[in-house]
Amino acid sequence: MPDRYLELVNSGVGATVAGRLGLPRPAVLRRYSPGDPLLAGELLCGELKGGLDGLVELLAAAGVQTAATDEDGRKWAGLLFDATAARGPEDLAELRAFCNGALRRLRPSGRVVLIGRAPDGADPAVDAARQALDGIVRSLAKELRAGATANLIQLVGEASAADAEGALRFFLSARSAYVDGQVLAVSPGAGSPPADWTKPLAGKVALVTGAARGIGAAIASVLARDGARVVVADLPAAGEGLARVANKIGGSALQLDIAADGAPDTITSYFEQRHGGLDIVVHNAGITRDKLLANMKPEHWDSVIAVNLAAQLRINAALLATGCLHDGGRVVCLASTSGIAGNRGQTNYAASKAGVIGMVRSYALRFADRQAAINAVAPGFIDTDMTRAMPLLTREVARRLSSLQQAGQPVDVAEAVAFLSQPGAGSVNGQVLRVCGQNLVGA
Amino acid sequence: MPTRRAAILGGNRIPFARSNGRYAQAGNQDMLTATLDGLAARFNLQGQRLGEVAAGAVLKHSRDFSLTRESVLGSSLSAETPAYDVQQACGTGLETTILLANKIALGQIESGIAGGVDTTSDAPIAVNEGLRTVLLEANRARTVGARLKALAGLRPGQLVPEIPQNSEPRTGLSMGEHQAVTTVEWEIGRQEQDELAVASHRNLAAAYDRGFFTDLLTPFLGLTRDQNLRPDSSLEKLAGLKPVFGTKLPDPTMTAGNSTPLTDGASAVLLSSDEWAVEHGLPVLAHLVDAETAAVDYVHGDRKDAGLLMAPIYALPRLLERNKLTLQDFDFYEIHEAFAATVLTTLKAWADPRFCAERLGRDEPLGEIDRSKLNVAGSSLAAGHPFAATGGRLVATLAKLLHEKGSGRGLISICAAGGQGVVAILEA
Repeated sequence: MPDRYLELVNSGVGATVAGRLGLPRPAVLRRYSPGDPLLAGELLCGELKGGLDGLVELLAAAGVQTAATDEDGRKWAGLLFDATAARGPEDLAELRAFCNGALRRLRPSGRVVLIGRAPDGADPAVDAARQALDGIVRSLAKELRAGATANLIQLVGEASAADAEGALRFFLSARSAYVDGQVLAVSPGAGSPPADWTKPLAGKVALVTGAARGIGAAIASVLARDGARVVVADLPAAGEGLARVANKIGGSALQLDIAADGAPDTITSYFEQRHGGLDIVVHNAGITRDKLLANMKPEHWDSVIAVNLAAQLRINAALLATGCLHDGGRVVCLASTSGIAGNRGQTNYAASKAGVIGMVRSYALRFADRQAAINAVAPGFIDTDMTRAMPLLTREVARRLSSLQQAGQPVDVAEAVAFLSQPGAGSVNGQVLRVCGQNLVGA
Repeated sequence: MPTRRAAILGGNRIPFARSNGRYAQAGNQDMLTATLDGLAARFNLQGQRLGEVAAGAVLKHSRDFSLTRESVLGSSLSAETPAYDVQQACGTGLETTILLANKIALGQIESGIAGGVDTTSDAPIAVNEGLRTVLLEANRARTVGARLKALAGLRPGQLVPEIPQNSEPRTGLSMGEHQAVTTVEWEIGRQEQDELAVASHRNLAAAYDRGFFTDLLTPFLGLTRDQNLRPDSSLEKLAGLKPVFGTKLPDPTMTAGNSTPLTDGASAVLLSSDEWAVEHGLPVLAHLVDAETAAVDYVHGDRKDAGLLMAPIYALPRLLERNKLTLQDFDFYEIHEAFAATVLTTLKAWADPRFCAERLGRDEPLGEIDRSKLNVAGSSLAAGHPFAATGGRLVATLAKLLHEKGSGRGLISICAAGGQGVVAILEA
């Protein structure tokens, strides 16, 4: 649905008026289309001495034009600062100096990416500096305007530049349009990068549940665009829309109630028979039955837990037990900011979504043993049929309550899911990636 | 030339709607296109060139002269897939299946879709025959004078349009009236008809409840189940209905409850060679073994032994003999329920020594069947009967039943207007 306010403040007169009155001015975000360069312009790179090896070479191979020094009048599509060598709080001044002038010359939908190491308890001064990056990126994200974002890649242990490649490409590109103020931990052992970064999912077989419309349909479409053979699943009653999605993306439709007793068997036998297994599972199907806890009936509670959480657990267990999910497989579970920050009237929904986060973290080591990865994506306020049904004023206020001052699109969630599904993204495991435009709630 | 058995990989249909119900605004092409699209989505057929698509409709607009090809062009199937229309009344859907299976058996094609569609809501209405003659005459005229002369032949009565009739051209009797005569001749009672109807509703409802149709059906225009289905149907409720056919005959028994209603819908079946199925990673549900058609002279023939809907009774013994089988050698019987009495007449005739001796030339009757194997997932009385779409529904249903069972053999029997019948054997 069109964001009339966003359109207004991006028109000539609207922009002037909004500027004079100090009203929020959400920008039209740059979004990815196939063939786009990774970054629409030059990337200014800085580092603390002794940073990562091979970072510049990696960027050059990705087709990014980099520069090491800032000059007056030069505009930047992005700023990248490697702070992995931070030894103490005093080192952070270099980061301040690096950003200072260049930030003013950041192009619309610009990208700021910091790379640091995760605190490891070895040296308090080092850990303090490492943790400080977290505060910097979260605050900077709130300062940036014109659709620019700031995110932090946190290398765990001995993780290298190569381990961070997938995350770095994602944060620099327009695929991460609505991911802002986030910290993503990257561990050693990415798995081999895709042969072709324009079709990173080529040869992979994917299942997307709840794909008849909205975010699920967008995920299916982006996975197919990235080269995957996609099977879309949804309730039999949603079969008409599901068939439309399957035919649009050249995939297959599987009518299925994921909460039914036989669902795990149906899924494993379907993929064994038709595709000899499965590489990517996106648990997107979910329902809401909002009630205050005091008024919550058993059916409201039980159905939400059954569909949003219990079904995912049972399906994951079956996929691992049967070996239907190939080694190196990727599972992406849809959580929600409700599961992080809570939401009035959603104890059941928040329970299921926080439960998903717990499940992802718990599974991570077992997945890593198979070179596989499991992660959660937590969407914030996304324009869907669900938000379309909200009262106008509530919706307009909710849309502005993020650093990007607008709602996300289903495709923004889909891009994050596709990134976590890539062969090279094995270094991201057991994480929760928020796609919320740095929502002010529960940040 | 060596032949091979054609594989049935699955099917798709839209839920059947009652006439002038949910699909009142949808034409044959809309329904067939949606059905092909649902099948393409289920089996990932988008943009793939298939051997052939054969389908048809009984009630068809003249503008839909190439209904199937137009539906293929409107669907997500490859535009390079050839298609054509076939029409054998209610036998259409099964006849298209046999046709494509035979081409696959001969190695002429590797894959194909058989189907059928019908609407009684969006029925073709033609101009009056008198008006049509005048207009054609005027069209042929070469001078203005001749044209005016031809048009002067117009009469007000010619404005009354011709609405298609559900009756036999040679007898003027509707199908129900024909069956009513047969019902009386074969002494088929009211209660047994009602019992068959109740079983049809219960079986169809149970099949829905256990998710049997999850991979056989795609919702259309908001309809997710057959509109005619009455899960709570009971003998008591059916007993209260008034007879609607054979009301001038003694003791009429055929009601709206034990006869199929006019229905809108479409169905399609995906067929291929075993090799094609393996290449595409698609499991084979069943194979089509053999088929037979028959026709009876219902116009001049015997009132009892040559009823309009009795042709399958004649077709089956020929099919059994060719395949060295008996009537009891089947795990499932799918006998199309045009009317409850049609099924009961068929079963009674096969068990009748006189009929089997005189008409089928057999020493022994074919015998009885185990009724618990009959129409176990419901049939036309509950689902409805969009004429040309019923065959595809039966083929896909039986193929899946056999696949679920793991192995076995099933029979399909369909009666058709014009005194025709089509029977076929499937094996898994």
